Amino acid sequence: MSRIWEIPGGVHPPENKQQSMTRSIGHLPLPATLVIPLHQHIGAPAKVAVTVGQTVLKGQKLTDASNLNNLPVHASSSGTVIAIDDKPVAHPSGLNALCVTIATDGKDQWIEHAGISDFRQCDPHNLLQMITEAGIAGMGGAGFPAAIKLSPSNDKPVDTFIINATECEPYITADDAAMQEKTQDLIQGIEIVGHILNNPSRVLVGIENNKPQAIVALRSHIKERSIEVVSFPTKYPSGGEKQLIYILTGREVPSGGLPSDLGMVCLNIGTLIAIKRAIIDGEPLISRITTVTGEACGVNRNYDVLIGTPISHLLAHNEFDERNCSRLIMGGPMMGFSLTSTEVPVVKTTNCILASSYSEIPSDLPAQACIRCGLCAEVCPASLLPQQLFWYAQAKDQERLEAHNLFDCIECGACSYVCPSNIPLVQHYRSSKGEIRKANIDKIDSDNARQRFEFRKLRLEQADEQRQVKREARRLATEQARATNSTVQSGSSAADIIAAAQQRAMTKQSTPEQQKAKFERALLAAQSRLEEAENRLTEATAHGTAEQQARCSASLESARQKVDQTQNRLKELSD
Amino acid sequence: MAFKQISSPHGHNPQNTGWIMQLVLLSTVPGFLALSYQFGWGSFINLIVAVVTSLTAETAILACRNRPIAFYLKDYSAVVTAVLLALALPPLVPWWVVVVGSLFSIVIAKQLYGGLGYNPFNPAMVGYVVLLISFPIEMTTWITPLSLLPDGVSHPGLWESMSIVFAGSAPVDGVTGATPLDIFKHSSGLVVDQIYQNEALFSQASFAGVGWEWVNVGFLIGGLILLKTGVFTWHGPLAMLGTLALMSILFWDGGSSESPGSPIMHLFSGASMMGAFFILTDPVSSAVSNRGRLIYGALIGLLVYVIRAWGNYPDAIAFAVLLANFAAPFIDNYTLPRTYGHTDRRKATEKQEEK
Ligand code: SF4
Ligand code: SF4
Repeated sequence: MSRIWEIPGGVHPPENKQQSMTRSIGHLPLPATLVIPLHQHIGAPAKVAVTVGQTVLKGQKLTDASNLNNLPVHASSSGTVIAIDDKPVAHPSGLNALCVTIATDGKDQWIEHAGISDFRQCDPHNLLQMITEAGIAGMGGAGFPAAIKLSPSNDKPVDTFIINATECEPYITADDAAMQEKTQDLIQGIEIVGHILNNPSRVLVGIENNKPQAIVALRSHIKERSIEVVSFPTKYPSGGEKQLIYILTGREVPSGGLPSDLGMVCLNIGTLIAIKRAIIDGEPLISRITTVTGEACGVNRNYDVLIGTPISHLLAHNEFDERNCSRLIMGGPMMGFSLTSTEVPVVKTTNCILASSYSEIPSDLPAQACIRCGLCAEVCPASLLPQQLFWYAQAKDQERLEAHNLFDCIECGACSYVCPSNIPLVQHYRSSKGEIRKANIDKIDSDNARQRFEFRKLRLEQADEQRQVKREARRLATEQARATNSTVQSGSSAADIIAAAQQRAMTKQSTPEQQKAKFERALLAAQSRLEEAENRLTEATAHGTAEQQARCSASLESARQKVDQTQNRLKELSD
Repeated sequence: MAFKQISSPHGHNPQNTGWIMQLVLLSTVPGFLALSYQFGWGSFINLIVAVVTSLTAETAILACRNRPIAFYLKDYSAVVTAVLLALALPPLVPWWVVVVGSLFSIVIAKQLYGGLGYNPFNPAMVGYVVLLISFPIEMTTWITPLSLLPDGVSHPGLWESMSIVFAGSAPVDGVTGATPLDIFKHSSGLVVDQIYQNEALFSQASFAGVGWEWVNVGFLIGGLILLKTGVFTWHGPLAMLGTLALMSILFWDGGSSESPGSPIMHLFSGASMMGAFFILTDPVSSAVSNRGRLIYGALIGLLVYVIRAWGNYPDAIAFAVLLANFAAPFIDNYTLPRTYGHTDRRKATEKQEEK
């Protein structure tokens, strides 16, 4: 039995997991339409590879993408593409995004596909390529491309492979169910990754002790192998990647760094099962296990859901009572975000749909004053001082916020959960982080501008000097000429000069059409810069230093702003 | 249908600020009972006067500041301030002393600084110190503990107490007397053993000082309850009591005539326990981190001892706490915890992390 380390802080919200575990993983009837967002991972979006009206088969690629930063998405069932447009998607910002909508034909017909039975004979590079081709992004949290996690480029060899089976959020049981019912797939997935990582010396499955059946299932299947199942006391947020690494190894991911800095790789259950399917069965990631739960649903259960299934379809088959629903949450109650519409689709990272009743999750109470009781600091898993962060967030004191390590906050919500004054702390931290990022970008922008300005000044000075030299030369030449020839040259009259200036001004002012064309060109350029910046960011996130990452995200942000600006101008122009 | 967009986390544990304050109030009960048993009705009357004054003052100020009154009164913070002040005052002080103290606490020390959460100083202690400086005679006249009353004399009943407090009638002879800390302050020249033999307050005590020991035990019990329920952590109280004990051991001086008294006497006299568990644990005006609270508590313990032993006042919790309140923001700047993923703790004032 491995030793375990205890993380500081943590809370014990009611688990509410039993209600969705009374039945096995279910399947839903095929939805009439599937709405598949093209951008479901961190990194650059891919280019659309289908057209409206085209028929597609199950598993067919919808986007052209084939490098690590560019994950493809696939049709989750066969049918016809009926739209490629912006639709509401599940994102905390509530923005729309480009989606491919497929009208299913009911045949659920697979595209031709094949896996490889003996992956051990395969070169890890090919396996990684297959994982990328299958569109596998981390299925627990942010949706980081799995292949990038599996190919850390820093020289540190991976010696520890951690499987995150913690599932510490209340209500969610998707991983628990998968571990019990798809144990074989999971273990094969672990073996494949072990092979890719060149058999790391430690393979640890970290699991909370509130999942005894899953623990038994795993232990009974992996007796002979070198995989160790480590269970530890249930406490939220043990499942945060950084927290889990500490629990299992006693080591901390450096601030701003990645697990790979410690020679570790951490994947979750859903991702591993998807990897198994991609390699052994040749199937891309087109479905996932999602918990549908909450008192506003008559049936609480796990489903194997096709990516792109509208939430409304899930709810309709689970006796959803809309009037009783206080909020609709994608994810768990601690970190999930609320959906404003039931029309958004299930995506690769959707591990839970929680439709809570009013008695279950009542409206938030109004916030009272912070009494500095320190309960928040007692529960913070990152050992921050949430009350001080709150204080400085209100004061907008960015220096103090950074000195208090705001950016090490994992937004787990433990502090808000216990705050007796009901202060929405996490919300304050999010907006402060946004403001600081923006300020950093502005700073980089102004630094760039200053550089440009100084460079220009230098250039002008040099030009001036040259002109001075020339003028001098001309003067000398004229004097000489005057000396030889006494006729006075007639200068251009004032009227001539004005006319010429007017002429110049006329040509400068272009027609609206010209302006529009100009902005369109600018937009295209800005968009391509944006794309480039995104690629660089993904690259930097995977392999770069924290500083590089910061710089890349800054330039990404400014590229994004540029695109927005140009779009707005263009819009103004056409209005 | 559209749902509301609400940020995470969704849901909350049942604890709220009003409930925490009520717990604090409940935990003062053992101390209050001990006070009332040992010294009569005075504390009860103090309590009523203070609570009524404080709530009235709080309501009036909230109304002036255009704040929702019921919403803020529900946090019970004004009641807590009133109760703590009332229990710190000598029983049977004239009513206007209590009123002035409560007004100072609520209006000046709390609301003028922005209300709950924004007051840099402990409101009850501000009120107390103002009273101590303005009305030294009233504030240092204590009642004789029950078992030391002369034969045939008893504590005044409720009506008599009220007439003493509200009408200014003089209490019967023998009802007022010195406190253990007073005795030590004023009996220079005697070695500790002599003091203990001469003074009934000590010679008849169970372990520290008649009456006072039980009052302190009462507040200790209340404090332990709060500790158990997690309302505060052990850091502040333990550091304060520990430092106080340590100092009295260091300067015990073999019980000579210079000795300021034994550790037991210091821990269980005056407002030691009340201060440790109910005053310096006021979260608003104290240091924030656990480490900060250790330093903050120790500083108070140190100041209490220094003032008791060598200062002009027999007790010093209020002064010590207010001085430490001054230091709290400074302490906070240098006692940040080490965050996950950092090799060292940072300072709140640094601009760039030192690597
Ligand atoms: S828990 Fe809430 S009230 Fe208490 S210190 Fe933290 S933010 Fe302030
Ligand atoms: S949300 Fe941030 S500050 Fe709050 S407990 Fe979690 S890590 Fe700590």
